[in-house]
Amino acid sequence: MLVEIRNLRIQFPTATGLSEAVRNVSLTLGQEKLGIVGESGSGKSLTARSILRLLPSNAVLTADKLTFDDIDVLHANETALRRIRGARAGLILQDPKFSLNPVMTAGAQIAEAWRIHRGGGRKLAMQAAIDLLAQVQIRDPVHVAKAYPHELSGGMGQRVMIAMMLAPDPELLIADEPTSALDATVQAEILRLIEDLVSRRGMGLILISHDLPLVSHFCDRVAVMYAGRVVEELAASDLLHAQHPYTRGLLDCLPTLSHKKTRLTVMQRDPSWLT
Amino acid sequence: MIEVAALSVRFGKTEAVKSVSFDVARGESFGIVGESGSGKSTVLRALSGLNPDWTGRMEIDGLPMTPKRSKDFFRRVQMVFQDPYGSLHPRQTVDRLLSEPLIVHGMDNIDQRIMRGLSEVALPSSVRFRYSHQLSGGQRQRVAIARALMAEPDVLLLDEPTSALDVSVQAEVLNLLDDLQRAHGLTYVLVSHNLAVVAHLCGRIGVMQGGEMVELLSADDLRAGRTQHPHTAALRELSIELEEPEAA
Repeated sequence: MLVEIRNLRIQFPTATGLSEAVRNVSLTLGQEKLGIVGESGSGKSLTARSILRLLPSNAVLTADKLTFDDIDVLHANETALRRIRGARAGLILQDPKFSLNPVMTAGAQIAEAWRIHRGGGRKLAMQAAIDLLAQVQIRDPVHVAKAYPHELSGGMGQRVMIAMMLAPDPELLIADEPTSALDATVQAEILRLIEDLVSRRGMGLILISHDLPLVSHFCDRVAVMYAGRVVEELAASDLLHAQHPYTRGLLDCLPTLSHKKTRLTVMQRDPSWLT
Repeated sequence: MIEVAALSVRFGKTEAVKSVSFDVARGESFGIVGESGSGKSTVLRALSGLNPDWTGRMEIDGLPMTPKRSKDFFRRVQMVFQDPYGSLHPRQTVDRLLSEPLIVHGMDNIDQRIMRGLSEVALPSSVRFRYSHQLSGGQRQRVAIARALMAEPDVLLLDEPTSALDVSVQAEVLNLLDDLQRAHGLTYVLVSHNLAVVAHLCGRIGVMQGGEMVELLSADDLRAGRTQHPHTAALRELSIELEEPEAA
């Protein structure tokens, strides 16, 4: 068992008391691919980040259990967390434009990640970086290693991010909207790449997205979050038989290419979903 | 309403748009799809007057476009951008944002027009004196659309208007654009990489690749798979494959 979350709550202090961002979420994740789907503000990113305890400093985090490979993340000190963050669980963020260092070459950034977690000399690390770039299917890894982030396209930048996360050979990959800044073709390429790497290396994957049909193609299991709660958890293949009206609503409001809808269905939010 | 013939745009040595031609009738919606870097947004920016360096011919309502546009042009043609977080002035209230185009174009009844503008995009009057950071993404995009409509334009240029929004909000905004077009007889040019969104709103679609418009087809032909160019077929196939949830 890799990750176990029981009754996770994340609250933020506001002028009128504590505001609940994540409410009683329980999830377990083994060596599998889990999708967390929800709209902005549903708490999906906070839930995934709590595994690394990477939350805003004013967040109040409580849980009955929050473990990563039997390490109690909730009470771990910074040194223990440092051994998880990056090393055993990597995090891929939405926009490579903002998450890569603009004044370091791609190769140097990957080599840095390699050296921090695995040690070794500069030359060895740079060679490893080029090897990793080849693994994320970059055709000319030597050339890309010398390029700065602004010289790379969005899809290339995201591949560099993935290569960097793979450097310490983690057991879990958390991908937080890894493709929403990319166009449809590149999006599919990147997700296939992540899926392929995760399967080949036997890693666990948490894929966070707001696109339910898309996630179902790349995950085994999907958890749908609404207003800080998991309202439905189901196998990706059962998506067409989703029970919860919110899950159904997410699927129904999408325009489709295969058949024409004269008017899109608008989500009718039921206050009872909140309880 | 809009006629574009042999439009080319260069940035230094690279030719971003290569001899693109299309026309859009009054009250019609025309969609442009393509991958990042295909030149679809560049076409829109040249149309809107944001990029003066182009060659070819562009006419709007029979008037040939020159690099420098008249004030009336900037009233009649309005643009809505992808990111409502970036396109609204952070230190102006909604009231100020909406009144500016009215003042610029010397229009009267500012107070009534703002109230009407807000109700048209289904925003409560309470948002009038808020700042854009106090609104949700969907509300912000509604403000951006209301602002574009303030000066009573004929043409709306829409650059990925829903790709920064949640799917449920996207549905609301697409329905709103549909209603507004019917109510005002607006002409739309919509740019997006999402084929389903473009086919939903637009009757005719141009597919761009590497700066060229490789195919012009109707939304019905695109849905039915009656495509001519391999790039169109590839985009369609991918879109269909990913939009259906994985079946057991």
